Amino acid sequence: MDTRDTPEQAELRRSARRLAREIGPATVADLDDPTRHKRLAAAVRDAGWLELRDEDHDGAPLASGVEAAIVADALGAAVADVAFAGPLLAGDLARRAGIHFGGRASPACSEQLDGPAIVAEPALSTPVYAVDSDDDLGAAYVLVPEGSGYRLAQVRVEHANNTGTGADLTRAVRVIAAGAPVEVIADQRRLVTDDDLAEWTALGLALTSADLVGVMRGVLDITVAYATERRQYGVPVGSFQAVQHLLAEAHCLMEGAHSVALHASWAVDNLPPADARSAGRVAKAYCARAARTVCETAVQVHGGIGNTWECIAHVYLRRALLSSQWFGDDATQLAALQHERLGAPDGLS
Amino acid sequence: MDFRDSPAEADFRGRLRAWLAEHAPDLPASSTDDEYWARQGEWHTALFDAGFFGLSWPARFGGHDLPTVFDVIIDEELAAAGAPPRPSLGYLVQGISTHGNDAIRQRFLPGLISGRERWCQGFSEPDAGSDLAALRTTATLDGEEFVINGHKIWTSYSDVADWCILLARTDPDVPKHKGLSAFAVPMHQPGIEQRPLRMINGITNEFGQVTFDNARVAAENMIGEPGEGWRLAMTIVSHEREPGELGYVARYRKTVKALEQTVRANPPAFRADQRDAVAWAYVETEMLRWHVSRRLSERLDGVEHGPGGSIDKLLMTWVEQSVGRAALAVSAAHAATDADDMALKVYLYSRAQSVMGGTSQVQKNIVATRILGLPTS
Repeated sequence: MDTRDTPEQAELRRSARRLAREIGPATVADLDDPTRHKRLAAAVRDAGWLELRDEDHDGAPLASGVEAAIVADALGAAVADVAFAGPLLAGDLARRAGIHFGGRASPACSEQLDGPAIVAEPALSTPVYAVDSDDDLGAAYVLVPEGSGYRLAQVRVEHANNTGTGADLTRAVRVIAAGAPVEVIADQRRLVTDDDLAEWTALGLALTSADLVGVMRGVLDITVAYATERRQYGVPVGSFQAVQHLLAEAHCLMEGAHSVALHASWAVDNLPPADARSAGRVAKAYCARAARTVCETAVQVHGGIGNTWECIAHVYLRRALLSSQWFGDDATQLAALQHERLGAPDGLS
Repeated sequence: MDFRDSPAEADFRGRLRAWLAEHAPDLPASSTDDEYWARQGEWHTALFDAGFFGLSWPARFGGHDLPTVFDVIIDEELAAAGAPPRPSLGYLVQGISTHGNDAIRQRFLPGLISGRERWCQGFSEPDAGSDLAALRTTATLDGEEFVINGHKIWTSYSDVADWCILLARTDPDVPKHKGLSAFAVPMHQPGIEQRPLRMINGITNEFGQVTFDNARVAAENMIGEPGEGWRLAMTIVSHEREPGELGYVARYRKTVKALEQTVRANPPAFRADQRDAVAWAYVETEMLRWHVSRRLSERLDGVEHGPGGSIDKLLMTWVEQSVGRAALAVSAAHAATDADDMALKVYLYSRAQSVMGGTSQVQKNIVATRILGLPTS
């Protein structure tokens, strides 16, 4: 066992953090700068990060869950307003179905955002949600049951009934309305199996967990800096033990979350599908709870200004809300883990 | 990044598993019971004799010169077998190795590691807890010996110890941190009296109070130089704060597993909040497991022990107390009606974790000032 980054992973971590820090938003106002936003999207695309889970010449993913999580963590830390996990997860799903992925899709989720949208032809009976979609998203993937597995289908984004804005100011959630036609994609080489879905869910859980770890690190950095600068009673507020203890607790939560999220990202490609998904559930349960506490602490330590739109702390909190919900929040994961480990509450299954 | 065993690690795990299948002792759910403490020495020597103790310590002192990640394997297999955790000695070994001279290391490390000589740690005093440097026990040179007078408290294993690693004031005329020295003091002598402390969960075999009334120790038993006692104490406590050193993950996993079995045996008998408590204890325990793996892997770089131990200690404390609350939740009314209820003992024992080895408040001070770099007032 050696859980350290390989030299390549360490280099990816450095370069992803550098890129996200340099082009990501430094202020809330930066979010309204279309030039910077486009430059960030182009940089992420040019780095090849959206295709990390596409097929290599042997049909395996180009990179492991660990590399994908390293990028997710870096983008979360900078509250980078760029689609990453959505397109990457679409690529992973396309690889499993054996189709070529054009890089413009996102997977659609059911209404609770806690899993893939599994729908029936010929049209959506309820809305589906494309999370973390590209600006020029063409279509969202949904799954249509067939035999012992699923076929990949798409719903076109022209049927979206919103502009993509939700709680998170950095990533889009497009709601595709009921009634949108469900078009099964032609020439799929394989059915997507339940094992595929378990692994894919494991990846989604690992990526959202890693994003939350990044969010925690990023928001703590700015909050510690603020507590060091901001003076009251003639001294920095960060010199007060009450404030220090809040920040120390938050830092520990972030470190614990980092450890459990690393394991989940490794598990994606190294444990049997159901075990990888369980590892993801453990990580997500811990990271979602930790991130909520850490972001709330950040808002608190920023005081009055922390409750204003212009303070970037809420951008982190808002991003944490979406990353927590996507693939299921802590309560969802705990319920699923209970089912796996304790049996159904009624003892029947 | 790889959480999997290397071939050497897999081979080691296989041997350990086979040995445990034959030798796992039938000890109670560990440190919540007097019987555990009474037989802990026996378990230590059994592990040592089979080659499964002191893995990362130098072979010339009885260790195996292996990377610390092997300790993770020990903890995992002990948990899987339902065996007690490995005895917590790493911090004493580190303290003696780092600060003792060759003669001290040769004399004391082999017996400490093999379990043939039992040790206790004489640091805290009734008036020196978090403010350890305020301690008042004195050691005064008298010919070739120091004469010791004072009172120590919260001294783990003082009832069975052959030796005490004692922190005492040797120079009253310098600032409080600078006048302390450390000694290896023989416990079996007329000037030392040991009385057990009964803890809130009823156990009496873990902690004691020790009084030194003109006790004597050879001057050559000083560990480190005169005045080096504070630095030795900091070496010891920073190691004591790391869950990887303590092997507690095994204890938490064993308890969680037992709680899960209880619920799974009759799911309709448990409410949603009880199930939630158990599931959360599982999540916390898994977090700590991977956190320890990460920390011990970082050691492969030769990362020094430092204030990071305070992060680990706080995480470990939260885990232990989540497990304690889950035990209480599952036990429900039993814990209230039966004084011998195991869950009651587990829960009550868990409250000490945020005090022992440095309170959570002290750990947060360390994280805030030495890791986050926040200003001191």
